[in-house]
Amino acid sequence: MNLRRLCLVLLATVALAPPAASQSRTVIVSTTTSTQDSGLLDVLVPLFEKKSGMSMKTISVGTGQALALAARGEADVTLAHAPELERRYLAEGKMLNRRLVMYNDFVIIGPEDDPAKIKGITKAVDAVRRIAETQSRFVSRGDKSGTHILEQGLWKQAGIERRGAWYIESGQGMGQTLGIANDRRAYTLTDRATWLAFQKRVSLPILVERDKPLLNIYSVMEVNPANGPRVNVAGGKAFADFMLAPETQAVIRIFGVDKYGQPLFVPIAGKTDADFR
Amino acid sequence: MELIGQGLLQALTLLVGGDSQVWHITWLSLRVSATATLLSLVFGIPLGTALALARFPGRGFVVSLINTGMGLPPVVVGLFVTIILWRNGVLGGLELLYTPTAMILAQLIIAAPIVTGLTLAAIQQVPERFRLQLLALGASRAQLVWTLLKEARLPMLAAVMAGFGAVISEVGASLMVGGNIKGSTRVLTTATVLETGKGNFDTAIALSLILLLLMFLVNWALTWIQQGRRA
Repeated sequence: MNLRRLCLVLLATVALAPPAASQSRTVIVSTTTSTQDSGLLDVLVPLFEKKSGMSMKTISVGTGQALALAARGEADVTLAHAPELERRYLAEGKMLNRRLVMYNDFVIIGPEDDPAKIKGITKAVDAVRRIAETQSRFVSRGDKSGTHILEQGLWKQAGIERRGAWYIESGQGMGQTLGIANDRRAYTLTDRATWLAFQKRVSLPILVERDKPLLNIYSVMEVNPANGPRVNVAGGKAFADFMLAPETQAVIRIFGVDKYGQPLFVPIAGKTDADFR
Repeated sequence: MELIGQGLLQALTLLVGGDSQVWHITWLSLRVSATATLLSLVFGIPLGTALALARFPGRGFVVSLINTGMGLPPVVVGLFVTIILWRNGVLGGLELLYTPTAMILAQLIIAAPIVTGLTLAAIQQVPERFRLQLLALGASRAQLVWTLLKEARLPMLAAVMAGFGAVISEVGASLMVGGNIKGSTRVLTTATVLETGKGNFDTAIALSLILLLLMFLVNWALTWIQQGRRA
């Protein structure tokens, strides 16, 4: 009891910072690094705050962690991109009301001289099989991010179980992983947005693209209030609704055009998984 | 090299041009770390002084603990503070996670052992004879402690610098408990990590240089206080 009182006194002393907004006014969104690294959140967050009058805290982590936090009730809503994993959380009842927001796509990039000869292959699965067969260097995120989860799905489909020294796990974000792949002249799987953002630093061209399994679909899910004592249900729903609102979707549609000459995401509010099979 | 030149140029542009975001980030870094350091003095100086003067069984063990604490890994502190501040955590009701207050708390935990350990060493290096002399002159306990602290003020200012240096430069704990939220908990170190991740290396270098400049200015001021009468 005494220790606890000490902690409280300590915290009270420390509380020089302005008091946090009261619970119902703050929404915690756990999301992936790509939405932050691409700069999309920097545009959407102020819009949401202005529209809803709530303040928003975005926690940008890998999709695996974003969903794990939400499942513990540490967030109110998620914006993630790992459909299979998301469906598992839905089935467990941890997350509610999954709605598709937007997509972009993954591409396989690699060194210009293409030692595994994958350029021109249309199926991503065939391409990764060739990389494994020729033991060409491949850099994996290795961090349970949406990108990593999709990559693991490709290896599984290709029937590649064991990976040797040619398979490098960076354990870092997409940006750092691109840097490593560039230095080691290796292949890697990346989302197109980050690859575009790294044009100045990374000289690995796109070798495989536009295959169905390479679609990168983002969706919002609300957190089940049963997950924890302080889940802001209304706030979570407000953000999910905001992401699907026509005005927000219009912002997403043109996001990135000024900087990269092409949009980074395609808005798909109202569509379902069935539309992308 | 060219990149560092670009970074330097950008750092100047951001500072001189009065980029409000960069100023906000710099100000928050200073505010969080200075508050944490000040609070660590409140805990560390009395504790370090007491440990230096007291003799009790198990003292060696406690001092070893403090000395270990001087090297507390920020990520470990960050992880535990995060878990405690989670909504489901012991102090979840306070809703402090992802606020500057949470960062101050984590940094306090990192800085306090450093200040305690260095205060302990500073007081202990005052010769035993000096202490005995004071007592012989009839100094009260309070007078003794006050005189010892005055005598040890040079190494104790070094303790302040070491504590501040540790917390302003750490990134692991701030990233975890603060969440690196734009306009709210983004500080120089976490912003540097983010900009590196985004591939904006020139901005990252600019932020690093601003951090170094800030550390230099603070230490310059502290050194001025420390060496004041001698310089």
